[in-house]
Amino acid sequence: MSKIFQHLVSSAVPVPIENIDTDQIIPARFLKATTREGFGENLFRDWRYEADNTPKADFVMNNPLYSGKILVAGKNFGCGSSREHAAWAIADAGFKVVVSSFFADIFKNNALNNFILPIQVTDAFLDKIFEAISANPKAALEVDLENQFIRIVATGEKESFDINQYKKTCLMNGYDDIDYLLSLRKEVEQYETTRPFNF
Amino acid sequence: MGKTLFDKIWDSHIVMSKPGHPDAVYINTHFIHEVTSPQAFDGLRKRGIPVFRPAKTRATADHNVPTLHQDQPIKEALSRYQVEMLTKNTSEYGVELYGLGHRYQGIVHVIGPELGITLPGMTIVCGDSHTSTHGAFGAVAFGIGTSEVEQVLATQCILQYKPKRMKIEVNGQLGKGVLSKDIILYIISKISASGATGYFVEYAGEAIRNLSMEARMTICNMSIEMGARGGLIAPDSTTFDYIKGREFAPKGADWDKALEYWKTLYSDADATFDKVLTFDAADIEPQITYGTNPGMGMGVTRHIPALEQLEEKERPSFKKSLEYMDLQPGAELLGKKVDYVFIGSCTNSRIEDLRLVADFVKGKHKADDVVVWIVPGSKQVEAQAKEEGIDKIFAEAGFQLREPGCSACLAMNEDKVPAGMYCISTSNRNFEGRQGPNARTFLASPLTAAAAAITGKVADVRELL
Repeated sequence: MSKIFQHLVSSAVPVPIENIDTDQIIPARFLKATTREGFGENLFRDWRYEADNTPKADFVMNNPLYSGKILVAGKNFGCGSSREHAAWAIADAGFKVVVSSFFADIFKNNALNNFILPIQVTDAFLDKIFEAISANPKAALEVDLENQFIRIVATGEKESFDINQYKKTCLMNGYDDIDYLLSLRKEVEQYETTRPFNF
Repeated sequence: MGKTLFDKIWDSHIVMSKPGHPDAVYINTHFIHEVTSPQAFDGLRKRGIPVFRPAKTRATADHNVPTLHQDQPIKEALSRYQVEMLTKNTSEYGVELYGLGHRYQGIVHVIGPELGITLPGMTIVCGDSHTSTHGAFGAVAFGIGTSEVEQVLATQCILQYKPKRMKIEVNGQLGKGVLSKDIILYIISKISASGATGYFVEYAGEAIRNLSMEARMTICNMSIEMGARGGLIAPDSTTFDYIKGREFAPKGADWDKALEYWKTLYSDADATFDKVLTFDAADIEPQITYGTNPGMGMGVTRHIPALEQLEEKERPSFKKSLEYMDLQPGAELLGKKVDYVFIGSCTNSRIEDLRLVADFVKGKHKADDVVVWIVPGSKQVEAQAKEEGIDKIFAEAGFQLREPGCSACLAMNEDKVPAGMYCISTSNRNFEGRQGPNARTFLASPLTAAAAAITGKVADVRELL
């Protein structure tokens, strides 16, 4: 897993479905591994494969026309379970960016903690991205974290996105939260002395 | 200006708050289980650091355990390995484990409260989205990912942006046969599966105040199903009576001091919320879901929305959902045949749930072609049910009382609903494949599930009481 994200130009894989929950991203029966690797082959497992493991021809990940490091999905992406395996599966399948018009909170944190950039765009811009990919499956998107914009390369249309400055710094430099929290050890010990009870 | 309950608890746990940074929040209690913790312990190993405050983390095995023959080795190799890893990790890092065979073992969100580990004013996290359950005690409790589990193990803190606050008031009194599960399913159906994303919810109002602790836990449990970061209820005498005397609750002079503090845990009269929603309990009938997210629910006597009732944009996802369920827009669910009944999960597997079901089914027998699984939330719930003779009522009704675990709520173990079958379930999610590949789920209360067990169909339990 690369721990740095700064800039990317890539085609995208569109999944224009709303409320994609983490059980669709990675079904519970595949959560038995004790490492972070290997979940990519079961990403969207039940949409991607029949019960006998033959690929479902109509699912976008089985269509060779579509590829790229950007996943584009309908609103409320990643709702449901807190399983970080969903973010691991997306990373393991080679995605660096997920674009949607709305993300569930826990998924967003999990993605950022795995150096995947969740980009929330407006409903209108999301529609434009889907239209661009529909017109040309190889349509490229440019993602610039430093300047916080996403651009449809062919049309030049772009939209800026929000990201908190702390997480932006983490992503651009490959820092993680534990490094920061470990640096607060003295403050934590000081805090503990102020609380007579554990609540 | 006054503070909300959520702000009081959050603010008193901030270790460091810097502009541009998320808050470093101190965590009082951390629960872990076998599925979302192994990679976190691996992270500690890679960094060469210990668990900072091992006494503040408690572990149990629940997600992936069989619910039959728990005294025997787990048959499935991967599940067995995962549970063994939990034993190895907790022993190596000095964390208390209530594993299989332990008298405290059970679903993490059932055992915390029943052991008196969950207390008002706490910050509580767990690598499970239904950690919001503990909010019923007036705690700030929320689910986290595995990287965050590692943060808490390493530092007893978590980095989080403070969510917005929402108040949901449910006024008035519930009708006969309407349970707290119906309240929360009703709210989610009104505000959708993402209606509270970005918020921490406080539930208030007469209908909430009148609920038992078990019933309050059911409400807070499903906060995440409308996207909320968590949900909580101000503690009151119901809360204190429930906690008093439990295994790990404060005792003696500590109890008195704790109680004094807990009585300050409420939202001040002049506190402001970012959003306030109000509902009337009298409008709530027994609920059932018809689709593939918990927002797709309705009163059990109602009809599934017709396509024309939805905005054009919503139709493709709606149609996909109903195709999965093999249901028609505009149809009603009353009388729909069900194949499985699952009463269990961190939402509805407490002793009160089992008592309600037992009272209803006493002297009745399940419909012939329905399979009924009752999965208690913990060893203690199981023992209590046996002590009260509830196990015999279930046996006479043809229900299977199994052993504790998450079971068919997420079907990680062998408790799977077969493809194409309909299961009426007291759990919290009706996602595609949640209860097994191509299984179809109707979420409902324990009473509505019990009514389906007896009649073999979706029924209005109010007509059977």
